[in-house]
Amino acid sequence: MSAVAVVVGILAAGGAFLVLQRGVVRVALGFVLLGHAANVLLLASGGLRNRGVPIVGASQDPGDPLPQAFVLTAIVIGFGMTAFLLALAFRAGELFGVDDTEGESRDEDEDDGGPSEGGSERGAAADADAEGSAVEDA
Amino acid sequence: MIRALPLAAIVPLVAAAVSAVSPSVAVRRLIAAVALAVTGGIGILVLRETAGGDVLVTEIGGFPPPFAIAFAADTFAALMLVVFAVVPGLCLTFAALRGHDDVPRAHAGALGLVGASAGATLTADLFNLFVWIEVLLLASYVLITLGATPRRVRTGTIYVATNLLGSTVFLSGVALVYATAGTVNLGALRGAAAASGAVAVGATLVVVALAVKSSLVPVHAWLPRTYPDAPTWVTALFSGTLTKVGIVALFRVVTVVFDGEPVIGAPLLLIAGLTMVIGVVGAVGRTSMRSILSFHMVSQMGYLVMALGIGTVGGLTAGVFFLVQYIGVKTALFLVAGTVESDEGSDDLDQLGGLVHRRPALAGVFLLSAFALVGVPPLSGFVAKFGLLRAAFDDGAYAIGATAVAVSFLTLLSMVKIWNAAFWGSSPEEPTPGASRPWLFVPAAVLALATLAIGIAAQPLWRIAERAAAGLVDVAAYAGAVAP
Repeated sequence: MSAVAVVVGILAAGGAFLVLQRGVVRVALGFVLLGHAANVLLLASGGLRNRGVPIVGASQDPGDPLPQAFVLTAIVIGFGMTAFLLALAFRAGELFGVDDTEGESRDEDEDDGGPSEGGSERGAAADADAEGSAVEDA
Repeated sequence: MIRALPLAAIVPLVAAAVSAVSPSVAVRRLIAAVALAVTGGIGILVLRETAGGDVLVTEIGGFPPPFAIAFAADTFAALMLVVFAVVPGLCLTFAALRGHDDVPRAHAGALGLVGASAGATLTADLFNLFVWIEVLLLASYVLITLGATPRRVRTGTIYVATNLLGSTVFLSGVALVYATAGTVNLGALRGAAAASGAVAVGATLVVVALAVKSSLVPVHAWLPRTYPDAPTWVTALFSGTLTKVGIVALFRVVTVVFDGEPVIGAPLLLIAGLTMVIGVVGAVGRTSMRSILSFHMVSQMGYLVMALGIGTVGGLTAGVFFLVQYIGVKTALFLVAGTVESDEGSDDLDQLGGLVHRRPALAGVFLLSAFALVGVPPLSGFVAKFGLLRAAFDDGAYAIGATAVAVSFLTLLSMVKIWNAAFWGSSPEEPTPGASRPWLFVPAAVLALATLAIGIAAQPLWRIAERAAAGLVDVAAYAGAVAP
């Protein structure tokens, strides 16, 4: 059981590290790791001792089928979401020529403060500037 | 009737799939109208059947409870079903008038949003709630990146990443709840978090994930950054369904799983106060209509959490009433912003002025909705806020009551700012040709007149809200019906 806890911890730590990176592809891979951490946690929630076939009478120690069904669903959903995020990254690469979330951080710099403090809304010109510089960086 | 309950979610989803492959806009509009009528009709029927405090339950797949995934409808769920059918209908009407709904998959996305909202409202199973919220988000991902323009790809990335993180937290919470309580059936989980600290940890993770979805402080920053960049009708649609599903699920999960545990009241009220203040202060510095309104959405979420934090029948009655009228008011305001953007080419306050002379009807709609948002009598917002304040003071929660009053004044400040910059004053030097779509303001006008009607004749909706609140405070009927 504690080995599983360590695995979940390592996956979550790696995922958190990657999600905090700037490239969208790295962020997507980070979410893959975080999703796996949640999936292993979900699998462990049914108890790991019983590993028999989950059919009544078929084995001495039937496993809990419910977490397995949960994980299967969660994996499929996670796969779809990751595919969408990668598609967005691909489109961003086409548009800006660079796989980098730097555009977003630029936005914040020009905003005279973070979103929670308010600040002036950028006009269309500032937007064009930000896009221009993002392309230059590539 | 009970057997028909899942149809409220299934029909829009099937319609979304059909709509995605049908070639003509007219067919897609017809499909959407039929699907929304089915969901709304089921909502009205269920509203009548649950009038006596009954809870309708159907076990999907025929497994015995608590193993089956149950769909349960009480007055609260039925009321939300009606709202989640009417508001998207008006938003799609606006999109049709604006000529924005002929993009591929616009109707499919909207119908997916409606179906998933209905599913998330009806489900009585924590894991199933996770699945519905994922379906909801997937539909919203499609809508927020419609057209895949550079700005939308950028904000779409923020939006998707934030929500993926929220979903991962949700999933972990479900895992911990199942590991500690041995069930994810909401009926069987009644009071589980109040009884056991271990379950409370998992349930709190679920609450945190729902707080991300409903953009409560301190996990609110994604909403004001992403909503203003979506197409105008999509922003209106999101404000009426997407973020509100988070708060509906929050109402359900907190009332059932914590079952009146007083410990959760104080942190909820703290979050409510912070959300109100930070949202409204953030809006002051914004200079485009949709941007201001998006920040206000954060602020108004605080009032709903305040109702949950108070947790009495009076507080939740006002909360449910607030939720319904606020969805109408906010959607109306976003549709006004969309109309202005369509006529003038922008909703940036610097480039607007003198609209009251050119579009008096639109100005009237804005004024009604803005005053309703602030809470000026006799409009619906006044009834809702008065009920909330009375419940807060009855409960001795003076600090949050005072905050709510102060935030209302700041809300007025932002609305006056929009009014002065866009409607009052002189027209820009080179007026845009504009006004080519004279009927575009009609969906907003319908909602604005509805808020006026709800404000003057508040009793019918207030009675329904009272029934809904009674079911939320005393969850015995709900839990008993779901997990006998």
